[in-house]
Amino acid sequence: MPSDTLFTGVRLLDPASAFDGPGELLMRDGRIADFGASLGRPDGAMVVDGDGAVLCPGLVDMRAELGEPGYEYRETIASAAQAAAAGGITTLAALPDSRPAIDDPALVQLLRTRGEETGSLAILPYAALTRGCRGEEFSELGLLRAAGAVAFTDGARAIGPARLMRLALAYARGFGARIVQHPEEPSLAAGGAATEGELATRLGLPGIPAVAEAILVARDIRLAELTGGAVHFAHVSTAEALALIRRAKDGGLSVTCDTAPPYFDLNETAIGDFRSYAKLSPPLRAEADRLAVCAALADGTIDAIASDHAPRDADDKRLPFAQAAPGGTGLATLLAVTLAQVHGGALTLARAIDLLTARPARLLGADAGRLQKDAPADLCLFHPERIWQVEAGKLPGKAQNTPFDGRALEGRVLGTWKAGRRVFG
Amino acid sequence: MYYPHRHLLAIEGLHPPEITHLLDLAESYVLLNRSGKTQRDLLRGRTLINLFFEDSTRTRTSFELAGKRLGADVLNMSVATSSVNKGETLLDTAATLNAMNCDLLAVRHDQSGAPNLLAQKVGAAVINAGDGTHEHPTQALLDALTIRRRKGRLEGLTVAICGDIAHSRVARSNIHLLTTLGSRVRVVGPPTLIPAEAERLGIAVFHDMRAGLADADIVMMLRLQRERMAKGLVPSEREYFHFFGLDQEKLAHAKPDALVMHPGPMNRGVEIDSAVADDPVRSVIKEQVEMGVAVRMAVLDTLARVQRRNAL
Repeated sequence: MPSDTLFTGVRLLDPASAFDGPGELLMRDGRIADFGASLGRPDGAMVVDGDGAVLCPGLVDMRAELGEPGYEYRETIASAAQAAAAGGITTLAALPDSRPAIDDPALVQLLRTRGEETGSLAILPYAALTRGCRGEEFSELGLLRAAGAVAFTDGARAIGPARLMRLALAYARGFGARIVQHPEEPSLAAGGAATEGELATRLGLPGIPAVAEAILVARDIRLAELTGGAVHFAHVSTAEALALIRRAKDGGLSVTCDTAPPYFDLNETAIGDFRSYAKLSPPLRAEADRLAVCAALADGTIDAIASDHAPRDADDKRLPFAQAAPGGTGLATLLAVTLAQVHGGALTLARAIDLLTARPARLLGADAGRLQKDAPADLCLFHPERIWQVEAGKLPGKAQNTPFDGRALEGRVLGTWKAGRRVFG
Repeated sequence: MYYPHRHLLAIEGLHPPEITHLLDLAESYVLLNRSGKTQRDLLRGRTLINLFFEDSTRTRTSFELAGKRLGADVLNMSVATSSVNKGETLLDTAATLNAMNCDLLAVRHDQSGAPNLLAQKVGAAVINAGDGTHEHPTQALLDALTIRRRKGRLEGLTVAICGDIAHSRVARSNIHLLTTLGSRVRVVGPPTLIPAEAERLGIAVFHDMRAGLADADIVMMLRLQRERMAKGLVPSEREYFHFFGLDQEKLAHAKPDALVMHPGPMNRGVEIDSAVADDPVRSVIKEQVEMGVAVRMAVLDTLARVQRRNAL
């Protein structure tokens, strides 16, 4: 087996170095030996002719829930890794609200190791901000950070009390770590199943007012200002919250955010007729909010696009809407749904890939998401126009609860490489 | 065909001729029931199961009587919601029902959308007998029939629906039905009991009973559940009755011949004063119960006909 692989006939796209054009990339011993407009062809090199496809860094997904540990009936790490590879993802930040929660340094190390064992996916663990993600006492943030936690969060649970958030921001600052917030004021969100408004009223579903997001964002921006700490808002979905974040960034505060494909590709009408696969947290929003998310992707207010992957099994979902578990799978559809924004003209391809690679890597402090000589060859080869249709039941990996069921998409991953090894395609 | 649907899950989405067909057929059953005759051959050999995940003696017995008057075999299944939580899912129940070859299924559930979910999984025609805070279609039909018989029409009437609109499936079904057939609908209640963007349903919202009832032809009261107080939506029963309870003084703001309705069971002294509830001229609450049986006969008959036609 030749140790050299030459990618040729590809559009090389590396947002970190602003390289975007026809080019070649040489992979040797699992690392990127060289890349550029034109390289010589070493003797015996295996050649991958991209035929005009795009070769970019392996995607970095900064927010995903894994079924393991604790919910293996939904998904195992092996099955998530398979779905991630099919989606072009080679690095993934895993949420800590598993069973047990990732609130102990040994568990952080375990998750990293489990990622390495897949051979296809680097897992970067978030650690639980509070023990058990229960929102009461802090975990050992310093020790967790030293063990390799990329940031602190209670996952799907909002950090509710203002005092707790204040202390978290202040203390984590000492260790150079961000606090990742699920921005939804808990007492306004309690018991809710859909965004409050005409549709929820018609369906008779308990509503969550959209301002529940802006209220927590506004508060936490003020607390970040007070403490000098760094806050990151996950899956931001409303115009009002984005406006607050935009202003905070303009003011020089350490405030960042991500969103996820459902919030720029779908609106609340997807839950019509009680479709529980479109039940997400935060809930899908009105069309005006969806458009605001698209605009914030384009103007740079949003720092990254994450899959917000949340595996659920049929029994979690085939329930009356309000009782069904929120969350959707997102690994296999992350790239293609993002590309819909490119095809629709809202984003350039380079910017879209930046939001899926270099920018989330920077937020996570990870040495990933860019093409770098002598760095491990984590690569994604995709055809931006190839058409496919999302079908629940036929997605890679175990979890099939996609909110995009039936959606026709343009853009298909052709191959994924992790440290030079082909792990998909 | 006037009613082409396999199920009756909601009033929302039904067209005026479909609703009118059900009301006209129900009208004929009122006359039949009063004559003491029966039509026991219509549903002979068919099975109606009343699947109630939530207690409701009134609605269940109404369906039971309607089924029996048309000759169906009627079974009542009361499933405590807790046993569903213990592991048997709604869909397990659906599989059981399929195995029993049930033809018609009347479902009452405390969760909005539960009948829609069942309808996807069972072979039977599903009738929503009230789901969560979503819809209660047969209640709206019986209310409309009661009004139409008394007033001769629905179009152009002003109907004030009063009380806990936010948590009322009766209110939603009535709003959809009455606006579809040309009534002017108002809702009256404290802002904490009015659902978000209620105006978008084509109705007017009032927070004052006297203003809301002014010149109304129909005053429809809703039941206030105790847990609304526990959840802080209303401070006390006393305060609620003072501002939103229907008494003769507030009713005087409606038209002199305005009718008073209530889907039952009533909380006397909370949302309605006994003097109004029992007023022999104004109150049509007992008549609503009679119309309930006729409307459910019409619905069962219609869905069974659709089933026969689809089987051909």
